[in-house]
Amino acid sequence: MRAKKADTKTYLGIPLYRPKVAFFEFSSCEGCQLQMVNNENTLLDFLSLVEVVNFREAMTERSDAYEIAFIEGSITRDDEVKRLKAIRKNAKVLVALGSCACFGGVNQLKNRFKNLEWVKKQVYGKHPIDTGAVRAVGDVVPVNLMIYGCPIKKEEVEKIVLDLALGKSIVVPQYPVCMECKANENICLFDLGEPCLGPITRAGCNSWCPNSGAGCWGCRGPAEDANVEYMKKIMKEKGFSEKTILERLDCFGGFKTK
Amino acid sequence: MIFRVFEKKELKNFFEVLTVHNRIVGPVEAGRDKKNNPIYSFTEVSDFNNIKLDYTTTKLPAKRYFLPFHEDLSTFRIDNGDWQKTIDYNANQPLIFFGLHPCDINALNKLDKVLLHSVYPMPYYAAKRKNMFIIGIDCVPQPFCFCRSMGSDTALHGFDMFITDLGAKFFVEILTDTAYNFLKNIKKEEPREKDHVLYMKAVSERNKKFTTKVDTTDLAKILDMEFQSEVWKQWGDKCLACGTCSNACPTCYCYGVEETVDIDLKGARKTKMLHSCNLIDFAEVAGGHNFRAERHSRLKYRYYHKHRGFVEAFEESLCVGCGRCGESCLSGIKVPEVIASVRGGKVK
Repeated sequence: MRAKKADTKTYLGIPLYRPKVAFFEFSSCEGCQLQMVNNENTLLDFLSLVEVVNFREAMTERSDAYEIAFIEGSITRDDEVKRLKAIRKNAKVLVALGSCACFGGVNQLKNRFKNLEWVKKQVYGKHPIDTGAVRAVGDVVPVNLMIYGCPIKKEEVEKIVLDLALGKSIVVPQYPVCMECKANENICLFDLGEPCLGPITRAGCNSWCPNSGAGCWGCRGPAEDANVEYMKKIMKEKGFSEKTILERLDCFGGFKTK
Repeated sequence: MIFRVFEKKELKNFFEVLTVHNRIVGPVEAGRDKKNNPIYSFTEVSDFNNIKLDYTTTKLPAKRYFLPFHEDLSTFRIDNGDWQKTIDYNANQPLIFFGLHPCDINALNKLDKVLLHSVYPMPYYAAKRKNMFIIGIDCVPQPFCFCRSMGSDTALHGFDMFITDLGAKFFVEILTDTAYNFLKNIKKEEPREKDHVLYMKAVSERNKKFTTKVDTTDLAKILDMEFQSEVWKQWGDKCLACGTCSNACPTCYCYGVEETVDIDLKGARKTKMLHSCNLIDFAEVAGGHNFRAERHSRLKYRYYHKHRGFVEAFEESLCVGCGRCGESCLSGIKVPEVIASVRGGKVK
């Protein structure tokens, strides 16, 4: 997967800087990294923009000489903290990749139980492992960039990496999913009597779930000016229970409900 | 102006004539809501039976056919350090709109003032607008419509022909020679006195159904006075800043432009995206400064553009009173209530 110097790409005759990048997984399903290698028709173009030096899911070679580190997963163990701090030292830019890295993701649901030992017993039974409360990557080390989503949207990552290579500023939507959902001319889930967090969740997924008739669960976290309190009131007035509302808001850890 | 009447069954024949060489957009049933009421939308139709001419209103306007949500303004091919620019107005074929209500025709007329007849017309809009054939049709006013207050309940121009249901027949007003020539293909006749009576009866029946009113007397001036009114803050507290009102609006035309490079580095594009002044990103400028960082100030400016700024420039409101924004707003922010609260000094 490593390319030689001669492969350096140019744009309008200007050679592009080809950063060395590395991917690392912590407590996660590795689904975000899988997304990265999923889009075969653009994969080679993507790989020619960067030099991947560490990507367990896609290659065997390993190197600590990287500039950009993509971190997938949340942090739940002491050895993870140690490993993450070492990566932070090596990397110039550290990117939180996906909901787990950004907010703790689905994993952080366990933090809601008072007794984490009880949780561990329920999950691992007679095969306990060392795992504590879930933390987002940003709660352990400084993060330079967040790429949202569960999973991440490959097209969005490609655009971000391309902008990095071109030296353009990175722009992610601050507005909510509704904007994309309307552009896709979907029928509003609320018209169908379904709950949806589209009005308060950050866009960028091209209203992935509502396009398939499923309400948004807020995996990308709150939009920049999300009116969460009024949204809760609306959902209540529309007849959704406190439980339904909290289940959605709590699911990925982007919305602070505690 | 030329008037004709024709038997109702002739409309299907007329559709068949048009569909031979043209793409037709009309109101169809897109689904049902939880109360089993139909949800209508404008879409391309090839079968006359799918068109619902008795539709109430569509959730979204037909805007995507003349102001697409996303549109490439220009594309670039890049070869060996050189580049080639291509501009496409994306209007390769005429489009027939089969059954637009007066509010939506008036919306186009208002957009024309900005995008067609201004100092700098927008060619992407003009190319599409000049390639439209519009068949208007009378509506049944809904409880949320207030087009009457905005002077948009009847369309005087901006269409090719306009049909009104007279029971057994359609009454048609012919405005262009294109429409006249197309209509040569179906059986029709000159309206007689009894058709005139039926037409006037239909009009007065429709008039009785307008229930929602907005007091627009001196509105531009009153908005000026009430710029600091507390009510804006109260509406702002409810606003979700989701942009749905703008997307549901047939006259919201504000946009942003983004330049992107293709991942293979062999192409690039400049893309226009319809935006909304209610979005937090809307008024963000270089350096991360945002001169409308608060929801209430953004919501207020949307009202000022519609009901004050446009009035000052064109002596009419930019709002046609279709009521779509209020119907699609989850927070229930509706134009008649917002205007009433500004006039009355409090939110009911």
